[in-house]
Amino acid sequence: MSTEQQRIDDAVAAAAAATTDAMNDSERYGVLYDHGLAWVNFPEGCGGLGVSTSLREYAAQQVAEAGLRTPPRGSNTIGFGMAAPTIVTYGTAEQKLILRDIYTLDTIFCQLFSEPGAGSDLAAVATRAVRNGDGFRVTGQKVWTSGAQNADMAILVARTDPSVPKHQGLSYFLLDMHAPGVEVRGLRQITGEAEFNEVFLTDVEVPEANLLGELGQGWKVANTTLNNERVAIGGGTPREGGMIGVVAGAWRANPEYRDPLLHDELVRLWVEVEVARMMGERLSQKLAAGQPGPEGSGAKLSFARNNHELTGLELQMTGVDGLRYDTYAMRRPSEYSMIGRIPGYRYLRAKGNSIEGGTSEIIRNIISERVLGLPGEHRVDKDVAFKDLPK
Amino acid sequence: MTDIDLLPREHEEDLRASVRRLFEAESSAEFVAGLYDDPTADTSKLDRAWAQELGLAALLVPEELGGAGASASEAAVVSEEIGRAVAPVRFLSSAVLATTLAVHLKAQSLLAGLTAGERFAAIAFPATAARIDSGIEIAVEGGSATVSGTVPGVIDGVGADDYLVVAGEGVDTVVVRVSAEHVQAEPFLGFDQSRQLADLSFTHAPAEVLGHGLDAAAAVRAAEILGRTVLAAEQAGLAQRAFDLTLEYVKGRRQFGRTIGSFQAVKHRLADLWLEVSQAGAAAIFAARTAAASEAGEELPDEAELCSLVAGSYASTAAVHAAEEAVQLHGGNGMTWEYPLHLYLKRAKADEQILGHSRRQRQQLAPLIDLPTA
Ligand SMILES: Cc1cc2nc3c(=O)[nH]c(=O)nc-3n(C[C@H](O)[C@H](O)[C@H](O)COP(=O)(O)OP(=O)(O)OC[C@H]3O[C@@H](n4cnc5c(N)ncnc54)[C@H](O)[C@@H]3O)c2cc1C
Repeated sequence: MSTEQQRIDDAVAAAAAATTDAMNDSERYGVLYDHGLAWVNFPEGCGGLGVSTSLREYAAQQVAEAGLRTPPRGSNTIGFGMAAPTIVTYGTAEQKLILRDIYTLDTIFCQLFSEPGAGSDLAAVATRAVRNGDGFRVTGQKVWTSGAQNADMAILVARTDPSVPKHQGLSYFLLDMHAPGVEVRGLRQITGEAEFNEVFLTDVEVPEANLLGELGQGWKVANTTLNNERVAIGGGTPREGGMIGVVAGAWRANPEYRDPLLHDELVRLWVEVEVARMMGERLSQKLAAGQPGPEGSGAKLSFARNNHELTGLELQMTGVDGLRYDTYAMRRPSEYSMIGRIPGYRYLRAKGNSIEGGTSEIIRNIISERVLGLPGEHRVDKDVAFKDLPK
Repeated sequence: MTDIDLLPREHEEDLRASVRRLFEAESSAEFVAGLYDDPTADTSKLDRAWAQELGLAALLVPEELGGAGASASEAAVVSEEIGRAVAPVRFLSSAVLATTLAVHLKAQSLLAGLTAGERFAAIAFPATAARIDSGIEIAVEGGSATVSGTVPGVIDGVGADDYLVVAGEGVDTVVVRVSAEHVQAEPFLGFDQSRQLADLSFTHAPAEVLGHGLDAAAAVRAAEILGRTVLAAEQAGLAQRAFDLTLEYVKGRRQFGRTIGSFQAVKHRLADLWLEVSQAGAAAIFAARTAAASEAGEELPDEAELCSLVAGSYASTAAVHAAEEAVQLHGGNGMTWEYPLHLYLKRAKADEQILGHSRRQRQQLAPLIDLPTA
């Protein structure tokens, strides 16, 4: 056993000793955080032990074996997958205090990046953050904001300087979703419910202390978030961990689904998912320490395609049952699961996998330019001040 | 499932470098292309070089039997380089398939020649079959046997010193050895001349029984797992090379005043292909390390078989796809004899059929992952 594993084991033993039956969930998660077991690869004092990223799974196993309860998978996904890695990289000591609340689920995050005029072209965000005494005043419109209705805080990209080209004038903020001037409206989606929102920001006061990274460095900071987002969406599952588990499970449980003409397609997709998992495993061993690089984007591409195909196959496989839908009622789910509900829902929801967090076309641009070194796309707007761009 | 270490290892990278040097010197694209114009060209110098001089014939033979005691992981490294160079070598047939059979059957006298790289063996099965079963009958009487029948399309079927013939299943499995003088081998001009196939016929050929029953069945299974695993590595190496050549080409070739690699249609195809080729590489190394762990008793043979079928079915189509994309993105040059791409395409398309095409391999995989047909 390595010394790093030993440190994890010691931390688990200490956390187990510090946990009592009387504690509520938040207190329990707090104990894990305080013992460096929230994200073991984070530095000490930030919910981690400063050990290699590859030991995350080992730590999770040890924590589970000790019977310590962890936040359920899928809770505070933006807080865990995007806000936390960005804050730990760029945050001030004071900003890092929020990491604990993220882990205990006392502070739920959402992501205020996309706008009507800035989707794939994220650097085109028009939401303004204007200096105002000791802080900033933020005005603009965001869209597709998942979970905004339940969020306490947001990671926000806004424009602080329109007189320079678009990538240079951005800054990255932590925004209080309960502040005056924040208005959240549900946006009904393809499945009937409203998982995402429009968010209107009108003269929202953001204190200086909530600027993450330096003024004008928002693009760089946002890329840390996006690389982590793509890995959070794509990687790190056990064999049959995701949608394949649902579809293969249905095949096993229901002999009537076993259309021989679909069998090879199912096994082929099983192999696709397994091979993507193997590549993710290899990559994570290589990247054992440090931030995910652009290679990690490949995982998101496989994930999106495999989910499209798997959910499409499941709908076919299930025959008439595949054509029964549970509800298209407009609802505001407090949490959602990609693999929950019924085949029809899964098919529709999976379509978002190739759009959210960077479309598959954008991922292909990233791979071809940053991994393969091919020339960048022709750009007319790169060297023009943002304020002078045609809108 | 145990955790499989997928990181590169120093001694394997040294091995890779020496194999690559050998092929650059002795198995250039011109040399391989020459085999199509002169199918009788002699490749025995090349075979001696890897088998004896680099000692790779002994790779999969345990140290206590006089070998190098290496594992599927090292064999996969060699095989990736074979794929990269489309090298016309008897590595898969002799050093992997036949040697694994011989090791598991403890066929000492056969192994002595194989390990030294002085003799080469071939297993008599049709190249496209999913199993290495010969499909012909072996009449056993005591310790000796006779073999009769024909086996079409045997890998490296001409020029071997020993032929291994497998018949039957489970308790009825028999493995025998027939020496070359009792075998009639008819080579034919292959679609892929970088791996020579031959039709074999046996007429009451006297044979030595190497094993029978469940032990023989286990040896056959081990050879099949290793064979598929090593072939997947070859396919991954081939795919990577075809991809690399293409990436380099699109960065240099200009049309419409810009490099063709700046067109998004081309970039996106290459991004997808990069992913597929990288996944094939990951699956191949995963299978190789798992097979090594299984041979060392640290992993179940079922898991090694599963991984070999995952890697085999995936890498075989990835290699074909990479070679096809290479031809397309090279334009007219892709169709020429002068550019080496045709060598990759032919080898990849032939490899895709060897040890069963991907649908067949998936059919073999299905019961291992509990996805029954009916
Ligand atoms: C379910 C879901 C949840 C989401 N949650 C959030 C969230 O919480 N927070 C948030 O900020 N955003 C969120 N998004 C927004 C998401 O990031 C954007 O939708 C996405 O980046 C695409 O932007 P767009 O919708 O403006 O499409 P566009 O950018 O207009 O793209 C339209 C089409 O054009 C293609 N295209 C665009 N540019 C190029 C190019 N250069 N080369 C080739 N093709 C191109 C795209 O690939 C796409 O097919 C969510 C989206 C979905 C679907």
